Amino acid sequence: MIDTLIDITLLVFLTITAIAIIKIHNLFVIIMLFGIFSLHSAGLFVVMDAPDVAFTEAAVGAGISTVLMLATLALTKDHHEKKPKHRARLPLLVILITGAALVYGTYDIPSFGDPDSPAHQHVKPRYIERSVEETGVPNVVTAVLASYRGYDTLGELTVIFTAGLGVMLLIGGRLRSRKKNET
Amino acid sequence: MIEVIIGHYNYWVVILLMMAGFYTVINRGNLIKKIAGLNIFQTSVFLLYISIGYINEGTMPIIAEGFDKYANPLPHVMILTAIVVGVSTIALGLALIVRIKDAYGTIEEDEIHDQDMSL
Amino acid sequence: MKHNLILRVIVKFLFPVIALFAFYVLFHGDYAPGGGFQAGVILGVAFIFYALIFGLVTTEQVIPPQLLRILASTGILIYISTGIVTMLLGGNFLDYDMLAESPVTGQHIGIMVIELGVGITVSAIMLMIFYAFASRGRS
Repeated sequence: MIDTLIDITLLVFLTITAIAIIKIHNLFVIIMLFGIFSLHSAGLFVVMDAPDVAFTEAAVGAGISTVLMLATLALTKDHHEKKPKHRARLPLLVILITGAALVYGTYDIPSFGDPDSPAHQHVKPRYIERSVEETGVPNVVTAVLASYRGYDTLGELTVIFTAGLGVMLLIGGRLRSRKKNET
Repeated sequence: MIEVIIGHYNYWVVILLMMAGFYTVINRGNLIKKIAGLNIFQTSVFLLYISIGYINEGTMPIIAEGFDKYANPLPHVMILTAIVVGVSTIALGLALIVRIKDAYGTIEEDEIHDQDMSL
Repeated sequence: MKHNLILRVIVKFLFPVIALFAFYVLFHGDYAPGGGFQAGVILGVAFIFYALIFGLVTTEQVIPPQLLRILASTGILIYISTGIVTMLLGGNFLDYDMLAESPVTGQHIGIMVIELGVGITVSAIMLMIFYAFASRGRS
């Protein structure tokens, strides 16, 4: 019961924050609201029994993303977005149709937290039953991440590395070339 | 009807958040705001995945004595890596915005488009 | 923020705590929530936190950008070379059963080494991205 209550409260907070982000035109406020949004979703991850994900979301969303967006704001020096000139009829229509289609699709999804849903029937029982005797690691998330899906994690790590290289190539190189010119 | 609402309100709110992010991406011209919208969209997809892995009266997937219902660890693993990959790609987008500001002097989409047209 | 005494004292107090917590999350990730990705991000956040208050120049003396490039590649190298070692020992790529006498111990060792590699790369990349943005503002 208390779980459901916290769940609903956090979902309401998330909705309010998301609507505020659409309505507000001050970019600094938007970025701060985005940090709040991430922190609330981290809380929601804890309620939904995913502490590993909550950890990451709290450190990444409320920490690094917010700092990086603030850094971009400081570099671009535009603190207010310009109000759109045209009325937003077409985007609103697209949103409504897409949203309606997705809500229609949820009728085929099993209820929230249903133990008999297909997602809990395949692969998961194997992980839960065998992971301790096969890997000796009680935290199934770690076992799946590093052992069962090791190739996947290697790929993800390469993506992160490549993205870091991309950022370095785009905005990291100028400092050294300037130093060379000075000497 | 009540059962459908109790069983699905989580998904509906997630879809609402998703659409809020999508609207910000397609309607607003400011690139930083677009990135914020993209981030909201991404976070709501994470929420959808974790909702699917949730199990009533279950516990977190760390094996211990006295528990037999665990949440599904597979979505957790996928989303865990997706969050960190997400922040790297968002950083790449922000770096592109910094370069666009250098080249065009603005981060409003309309003005960038006008400058491209006038060339 | 150079003259804000409260912030400076709090950072000096919190920085070791956050860094230590990152290592706890990394090496206790097999029994508690945590692992390489979380630990890497938390360690990166600790240094970013320090850099926000004490400035980029001071932080670059602690961790120079060149070192970060080496660390970022080292993490992936640790990961891939673990896979190659298991191949040399006669198993498949990333098949940790070969790393020790019993498969369970081998899996445990393999998982911890992999997590270490992930943690090193993620923290180095996070800090590298932050350096790129922050040093741009200085010029």
